Amino acid sequence: MTATDGTLLTPADLAGNGVHGNDPDVHGKFGVFGGRYVPEALIPALDEVAAEYEKARNDTGFLREFDHLLRTYAGRPTTLTEVPRFAEQAGGARIILKREDLTHTGAHKINNVLGQALLTKRLGKTRVIAETGAGQHGVATATAAALMGLECVIYMGAVDCERQALNVARMKLLGATVVPVTNGSQTLKDAINEAFRDWVANVDRTHYLFGTIAGPHPFPEIVRDFARIIGVEARRQMLELTGGLPDAVAAAVGGGSNAIGIFHAFIDDKDVQLHGYEAGGRGLETGEHALTLTEGSIGVLHGSRTYVLQDEEGQTIESHSISAGLDYPGVGPEHAWLKDTGRASYHGITDAEAMDAFSLLARTEGIIPAIESSHALAGALKLGREIGPEATILVNLSGRGDKDMGTAMKYFNL
Amino acid sequence: MTTLQTVFARAKADDRAALIGYLPAGFPTKDGAIAAAAAMVDAGCDVIEIGLPYSDPLMDGPTIQDAVHRSLTNGTRIADVLRTVEGVAKTGAATLVMTYWNPIDRYGADRFARDLADAGGVGTITPDLTPEEAEPWREASAGAGIDTVFLVAPSSPESRIKAVVGCCTGFVYAASLMGVTGARESVGEAAQGLVERTRLQTDMPVCVGLGVGTGRQAAEVARYADGVIVGSAFIRRLLDAPDEASGLAAVRELGAELAAGVRR
Repeated sequence: MTATDGTLLTPADLAGNGVHGNDPDVHGKFGVFGGRYVPEALIPALDEVAAEYEKARNDTGFLREFDHLLRTYAGRPTTLTEVPRFAEQAGGARIILKREDLTHTGAHKINNVLGQALLTKRLGKTRVIAETGAGQHGVATATAAALMGLECVIYMGAVDCERQALNVARMKLLGATVVPVTNGSQTLKDAINEAFRDWVANVDRTHYLFGTIAGPHPFPEIVRDFARIIGVEARRQMLELTGGLPDAVAAAVGGGSNAIGIFHAFIDDKDVQLHGYEAGGRGLETGEHALTLTEGSIGVLHGSRTYVLQDEEGQTIESHSISAGLDYPGVGPEHAWLKDTGRASYHGITDAEAMDAFSLLARTEGIIPAIESSHALAGALKLGREIGPEATILVNLSGRGDKDMGTAMKYFNL
Repeated sequence: MTTLQTVFARAKADDRAALIGYLPAGFPTKDGAIAAAAAMVDAGCDVIEIGLPYSDPLMDGPTIQDAVHRSLTNGTRIADVLRTVEGVAKTGAATLVMTYWNPIDRYGADRFARDLADAGGVGTITPDLTPEEAEPWREASAGAGIDTVFLVAPSSPESRIKAVVGCCTGFVYAASLMGVTGARESVGEAAQGLVERTRLQTDMPVCVGLGVGTGRQAAEVARYADGVIVGSAFIRRLLDAPDEASGLAAVRELGAELAAGVRR
């Protein structure tokens, strides 16, 4: 997995070409999941993106440019941090964090946007659009657009704009136009609908810089490959730090990009357990949650066959989470596939459990995590108690908590 | 029951294009939708597309989103959609359901096709079902004896048009422009070219939708297409009407204008 020419990335690091055997088929299917359920008008654009990506990922020049940006702009490689004081609550297990919170813009999302912004330029397009939930992907996209001189429009649910006002201001400062979406539940899923509507009307000059591993093929594959560096680095760093692989890898799952980013390099390591933690919201019994994989059913949402929160007639059920980034009633098709093949397992973490872990990490280790990532931290605490004191657990600390201070002030009466 | 084949044969004999109207079930109310569709037929619509309201209509513009949202708020269920189809089919119009794929997928493709046929429906239009994913629905529809209409778009290259028309029965839906549903000042310039490119691949009727809302536009499209599809403009009349009676009157008026247009 290590590069031979001193760079971070090799074509193998971006997976693909059957290198890992976990690629989707020609129609973008992971088993029965994935595919393309979109208006025919968008098929040529998706084909164009897929073809250009296929060229890019085998192009040393592209990889070198991406690698350079990851090192000199995003701040890679990110470090591992062992958190023994936090882990005292985990039954004596070792907990090691992959510090994506230390990247530029404060979350793992920067990896994907830099890759896709480079792809946008290769496509000869001058405008990017994106959806955002917590605002992290919006900020990351606006950042990459500013860096590369691309026009940028971000669709964000009106409810989320209010929850994450600071990120709205950041996007505007970076030169993006932020469009509050007022239809439907006014959250991430409606922002995605609106972004698709923009794309179909402006596809000539616009790339839809999709933010997670959901959506129609090839987005699940492209976003995964650009996020994959998280696990590639972490696997190598774990071997250096502990002399072995972790017993388990834990990550939060909304759409699923940070989780697939850290899982993917470990998929062939059959002894490494993969655990994804979804937002349990106010609890399963309240119906106010985002437990797509654990409680949803198979359907089609946003162009992809996957697990969906839906009623018996296929209408999407609105999700709930204290964390805007996990507040999504769908999930990437590759997670659906990992669940059904049994390679990964998925669990719910309630708002309260996540906020406890949020506060615990701050107090014991001096790290304020994103509330999204706090779901993985809470999961790791449980997992440690289950596996026992011999366990080593790698957690993807996917983002930092600065953006969540408003929520924290309210929740903890600070 | 009037089939699509009958409709297009009749229109051809009259040397005109067919007029196709769209309305979501449950809008403005469950019974109001049947009354409005009947008024559309009265005024000259040959085919009615009943929309199955869906929570995430990503191909629709603000007017249809608004109507669909109201319909869902009214508690519209698939049983109501089928009841609407039954009511509209009785008027003598060929009645289709236009729906995103997930509601059919969840309901069960075979069951939906059978229930739609039993209600007097003659087929479906599925705007987010592409040829690669269409096999289960084509089989179910063939089994129930109903037509399957899919869309081609201005961006479609020859290979895609070929694939799409290969899945269509009844007619081919040509999207006039790159964009979402909704009435516009002018019909996309790409529409005529798309119809011509589609005709190279099929003898089936080709109908044009998206952006048509006036008699003048209907006349323009009727010159080169076999059918003219109008949705948002009808809905706009209902949304703007102060009460149900004036809504129906406005729908009749627009229907008559469009019916004259396709006959010009």
